[in-house]
Amino acid sequence: MKNVAIRINGSAVAPPADPRVSLLDFLRETLHLHGTKKGCNQGACGACTVLVDGERIVSCLALAVQYVGRDIVTIEGLAGQDGPHRLQQAFIEHDGFQCGYCTPGQICSAVGMAAEARRGLPSHVTDDLSARRIALTRDELRERMSGNLCRCGAHNGIIAAIAETYARAAE
Amino acid sequence: MNPLTYARARDAAEAVRFAGARDATYLGGGTNLVDLLREGVERPAALVDVTGLPATITKRRNGGLLIGAAVRNTALAEDRDVRTRYPVLARAILAGASAQIRNMATVGGNILQRTRCAYFYDIDGSRCNKRTPGQGCDAIGGFNRTHAILGASSACVATHPSDMCAALAALDAVVHLEGAAGARTLPLTELHRLPGDHPEVETLLEPGELITAVELPPLASGARSAYRKVRDRASYAFALVSVAAVLEVKNGRVKDVRLALGGVAHKPWRAREAENALRGGPATARAFRAAAEAELDAATALHDNGFKIELANRTITAVLAELAGRK
Ligand SMILES: Cc1cc2nc3c(=O)[nH]c(=O)nc-3n(C[C@H](O)[C@H](O)[C@H](O)COP(=O)(O)OP(=O)(O)OC[C@H]3O[C@@H](n4cnc5c(N)ncnc54)[C@H](O)[C@@H]3O)c2cc1C
Ligand code: FES
Ligand code: FES
Repeated sequence: MKNVAIRINGSAVAPPADPRVSLLDFLRETLHLHGTKKGCNQGACGACTVLVDGERIVSCLALAVQYVGRDIVTIEGLAGQDGPHRLQQAFIEHDGFQCGYCTPGQICSAVGMAAEARRGLPSHVTDDLSARRIALTRDELRERMSGNLCRCGAHNGIIAAIAETYARAAE
Repeated sequence: MNPLTYARARDAAEAVRFAGARDATYLGGGTNLVDLLREGVERPAALVDVTGLPATITKRRNGGLLIGAAVRNTALAEDRDVRTRYPVLARAILAGASAQIRNMATVGGNILQRTRCAYFYDIDGSRCNKRTPGQGCDAIGGFNRTHAILGASSACVATHPSDMCAALAALDAVVHLEGAAGARTLPLTELHRLPGDHPEVETLLEPGELITAVELPPLASGARSAYRKVRDRASYAFALVSVAAVLEVKNGRVKDVRLALGGVAHKPWRAREAENALRGGPATARAFRAAAEAELDAATALHDNGFKIELANRTITAVLAELAGRK
């Protein structure tokens, strides 16, 4: 089914017949995967962030039909058999949320962010563009996570959780 | 959103053929178009997905680069050659949007992204000549803090919002096109139009014409380049003013300079007045400031955006001084 289906958290799913359906609405309304949230529906808040072949995107601006043949992971697909993903655990320990609405997007975004940093992708605040290794300083984390807003202002806990999970490991 | 059909093109010829068959619009990453479709600003009958077109970055024999239109913004900023030889381009991309959006956005879509003028998107509440020709422009007498200071008209004061395009303009990038009448190229600086009496016509593209690639000519080995973006917050905001600069200094004099501004005009604004004032002259802060003023001499302020003129002056001066001071 590779060329006709979208893989979502490991299962092959037929894409919507109507090309106007966004990946976000498809996840929430057709597949009843309500973990991925709709904040602004225009790319500005990051609440709808999911991973496509390991890369983070905003699903509200993605038409689902464009993702046939791709591998999507949502917050529901992150945890393993043996409990939450280590970043989910770190969010709990660091109070990385208040209402929790932005949290699935923050977590999926941070997983994508960590992969970008591992392969050496620079950011707006990286001094040396030619550097092959990225040190995930606080400034780097804040810049790299700027596509995810938190209305409750839990950013300090969010950054602390991400730093513990990914920055320490990189040091 | 109006009903529409969707087809994925395998190559440029197929895309052009699909687009010619009906009232179609090309779809890149969708980060701008999906919004425009939802708001009803654009109402095509068909979408032709061009993200499956070649997404490669290849070295040219002359030392330049050829960048496929489907290359994602992240991939372009990540490319080794772009990072080391065209830092202005990597920096401009990394200063734009968010990581998620850069992962989705394509080079072709970034070039043809539409203005962020709020009146343009507000179908029910506002008049806009760009959206509905002849209707009038509510931005001119409205809240126009982010609008154009250069090259605007009495019909339209919208700006082109792209960071990447400012860098491409300064790099003398050439856009490769393919359409029903065949292939051709256009300098990026000529692709977009000033609004004049027809702000609804934004580029010199023919209907159905596809961007297939962008070519970067080689840079002189002594040339340095930089990008500076000034915005309302430190990250994830459109430019109020941005400056892309390429500078080559020899023995204290400006051997070559190329400057482009973002966020100030209906198109990526190549600052030729400033370049002419600088070329061959001293590479001093004073000369940089004078050149900036020569460029901004033609600027006009609306009610809320007068600050952009001095902001542009200072940003140009600062970027050139930084480049001249770098070893
Ligand atoms: C919240 C938000 C913040 C943003 N901030 C910034 C910012 O700070 N700086 C910045 O520069 N940009 C910013 N952007 C804009 C973003 O860069 C553009 O939306 C993106 O580059 C468009 O690329 P795309 O591939 O998604 O284009 P699409 O949305 O798919 O298409 C855009 C246009 O290009 C046309 N098109 C696409 N590909 C081709 C082709 N090959 N040939 C011909 N026509 C084509 C489409 O028909 C459409 O008209 C922001 C966007 C959002 C949503
Ligand atoms: S809902 Fe997608 S970015 Fe806000
Ligand atoms: S926890 Fe409430 S929006 Fe972030």
